[in-house]
Amino acid sequence: MSTNDTGLLAEAFFRDRYAIDQAAAADLLGIAMSRGGEHAELYFEHREGSNIVFEQQAVKTASRSTTQGVGIRVVLGDAIGYAYTEDLSRDATRRAADTAARIASRGTTAPPIDVMHFESANYYAPEASTLGVAPAGKVGLIRRADSAARAFDPSIARVDINFIDEMKHVMIVTSDGRIAGDVQPLVRFNVSCLSERNGNRQTARWGGGGRMGMSYFDTHSPEALAGEAARQSVVLQSAIDAPAGTFPVVLAAGDSGILLHEAIGHGLEADFNRKKTSNYSDAMGELVASPLCTVVDDGTIQDSRGSINIDDEGNAPGYNVLIEDGVLRGYIQDRISTRHFKVAPTGNGRRQSFKHYPMPRMTNTYMLAGQSAPDDIIRSVERGIYCVAFNGGQVNISNGDFVFSVTEGYMIEGGRITAPIKNVNLIGNGPDVLRKVTAVGSDFALSDGRWTCGKDGQSVPVGVGIPTTLISGITVGGTAM
Amino acid sequence: MNEDLRSLASDVVDKARALGADEADAYVRSGVESTVSVRMSKIEKLIEAGARSGTIRVIKDKRTAVCNTSDLTPKALDEMVRTAVELARISEPDVYAGLPDKEDLATGMGAALQLYDERIESLGVDEMKDIVLRAEQVAFDFDPRITNSEGAEFGAERGLLVLANSLGFCGSYPYTAASFSVAVMADDADGKKRNDYWFSAERMLHRLADPVEVGRRAAERAVRKIGARKISTREVPVVWDPVMTARLAGAVAGAASGEALFKRSTFLADREGMAIASPLVSIACDSTLPAQLGSRPFDGEGVRTRRNPLVEGGVFRQFLFDSYYARRMSRRTTGSASRSGDAITIGDGNLVFEAGTTDPAEIVAGVHEGLYLTDLMGFGTNLTTGDFSRGAAGMWIERGRLAYPVTEINVSGNLNDMLASIDAVGTDLQWLGGSAAPTVRMTRMVVSGL
Repeated sequence: MSTNDTGLLAEAFFRDRYAIDQAAAADLLGIAMSRGGEHAELYFEHREGSNIVFEQQAVKTASRSTTQGVGIRVVLGDAIGYAYTEDLSRDATRRAADTAARIASRGTTAPPIDVMHFESANYYAPEASTLGVAPAGKVGLIRRADSAARAFDPSIARVDINFIDEMKHVMIVTSDGRIAGDVQPLVRFNVSCLSERNGNRQTARWGGGGRMGMSYFDTHSPEALAGEAARQSVVLQSAIDAPAGTFPVVLAAGDSGILLHEAIGHGLEADFNRKKTSNYSDAMGELVASPLCTVVDDGTIQDSRGSINIDDEGNAPGYNVLIEDGVLRGYIQDRISTRHFKVAPTGNGRRQSFKHYPMPRMTNTYMLAGQSAPDDIIRSVERGIYCVAFNGGQVNISNGDFVFSVTEGYMIEGGRITAPIKNVNLIGNGPDVLRKVTAVGSDFALSDGRWTCGKDGQSVPVGVGIPTTLISGITVGGTAM
Repeated sequence: MNEDLRSLASDVVDKARALGADEADAYVRSGVESTVSVRMSKIEKLIEAGARSGTIRVIKDKRTAVCNTSDLTPKALDEMVRTAVELARISEPDVYAGLPDKEDLATGMGAALQLYDERIESLGVDEMKDIVLRAEQVAFDFDPRITNSEGAEFGAERGLLVLANSLGFCGSYPYTAASFSVAVMADDADGKKRNDYWFSAERMLHRLADPVEVGRRAAERAVRKIGARKISTREVPVVWDPVMTARLAGAVAGAASGEALFKRSTFLADREGMAIASPLVSIACDSTLPAQLGSRPFDGEGVRTRRNPLVEGGVFRQFLFDSYYARRMSRRTTGSASRSGDAITIGDGNLVFEAGTTDPAEIVAGVHEGLYLTDLMGFGTNLTTGDFSRGAAGMWIERGRLAYPVTEINVSGNLNDMLASIDAVGTDLQWLGGSAAPTVRMTRMVVSGL
């Protein structure tokens, strides 16, 4: 038995607090399978979260929340019955199991289920959580950030800061006899700055975090996070209108990985491909991107916001190659899709909470480093756009059309980065844009932990990453004609 | 259940007071939801669950803390209240903290609002399934080019919401909601897929649209995208379909938040009483419309709700406030507090962009060359500056007619110019769940493409 196995900690947690042990779980699975379901799983969750809201140089509100419950899923073919309850008593959980069972109606007697512990990985340390840290310590960091932002430039008129953290205990028990669990810390520090100069107001947000404790701030000082938000808001003061039309675009390393997430990541989620509603359906083994592109989804990066020790269906996360040298190699799978495609689990069955059923979801999605020197990439562009920071993107899975909004961008003129631009949106088509990747830098960077992915109304924390990348042409939605 | 939850909320408030809180309010919600989804005529998901939560806000020495839990057992609630009182110590004194003024609290419980439909109690899985199966089938039958479906889903919920506070207020109301949607895909010539959806959402079952109508509109919207192409960059008039106009109204409401005013992160700061849009534009938040999804007798702090005009004849009338930001800005709450989890945000009622006098067909007919906007994508709305730049799709208008679909384009402008340039507002007010809007036309926006 490994002392680093977070699953054992989670199992002990649910056993001690709610008297849910292997026998109780097996009993619930028996009920869930009693009407002829092919597979059942229980997802127990206990989440504690805290949030400190700091506005106008004072803590406005400190809050704390606790949620607990179990989600029970019964699978029959591609169909699912799902029920959840916040009441973890024997009666309430048995009722939920019976409700979920009703997706099937064959009225068979399920054989008894023996559950065996399945070991979890160790990609972050549960004891590192900031949740137990005295609030005064967190407020100290917030004040340092506030001072740094205000000191950055006299135009900084407003600073708002949030310190958000959570600790999640999860335990997954499946009818194929697996019991697994995880203890998931998550911290996020957000800074929003408003710069006001001669009536021109510009806001910028920055932040970061991960599955870490206070040690996150050893490498990411509150001053640096706040300084970044302040710097971006000040840069926008002198930004000019972005051009409209199609231009070469250079993506800076790191945060620009959001482009991969939108342009290709969602389209490679296997549920869409199983239903043939993705533009990547039936494209396995085909060249779907420039040969310079190798894209992976990797749930195993130490301490990263998108990492997991076990997925929400009880499978181990992995390093999964999606696209290798431009060729489509794999989808992002959940349990239903692995059965459909007859492939091994990839550890991407994730969900927002016990109120939600699992789906194929990304973890940390990134492109591997290439050969080009980043400076050479910029020098190669006569007139184009350089994108550094983003506030989000969206994709239409079925045809690959996507957009993403650039919050810090610059013109490239004669191979040099020149004026900052504002009001920039990039719009394109996933497969089309990935075929137009003409240079990939040697400078890979992962985003700091600030991204959340939404799908079907469910949010999960993710990571993104990319090296400096040149796309030969992409539509820039600006206002300057 | 009704009385139990009311006394539970009152007890939590009393407990907080006993532990030393100067003021407190408790917000308790308990509900049941069911979802049935089908895809390709087969059942795909069946979800049934009960959900509940309790939230306590305490104010002690003008310091605020909030705690919430999904565990409503007496032990867990005790712990929640204790934690909240302790947590209040780390907040900082804030003279603006506190409950609303007593005279702003609601007195009636909105019986006339028709927020609850008993029919939903007895709504069975089979009935929900039949509606979505029918809607999906109608969509498939509409056109042979409809070849795939992302599914059709019916959702129903009912519950009770209770708010009690230390001013002696204890309000509650039962609510229901029912909705269904269909999303289908059409095959395009180049192997590309074109998708769209339609839906209906209401509090009352009998007010839901006919599944035939919803299925047909979903199919129609997908099929009209077949053959979509890119266009070159130009500046043209843009006609917003009602779904898009509702989003535009949403941006205005976001900029009218009293919190944004306090943070100066809105382009509407300092502009109350000034013209911010064409005289044809009127937008209001209204929580008092019978049977609408956004209606409610009191807001997230127990304050009586009302109709809040935001824009009247192009003139910006007011910001929306909860009691905190109202005090900060020396205003009065507008009954616009919304509660979710541990947060109070500003968000109000049904958002209505009021109908105008122009026939929607005439609005399109009046455009020589332009864009009929049906889709917006992404996050490119900057409420601080009003800068607007969003991915888009729609139909290209040539000589007053919808000529062909366009995609992979971007529309940009600044909300100030965009709102001022509205030169036609349609008669076709369309309700879309908790919002309503007509077709509108803007004289000029930059459309980026090739």
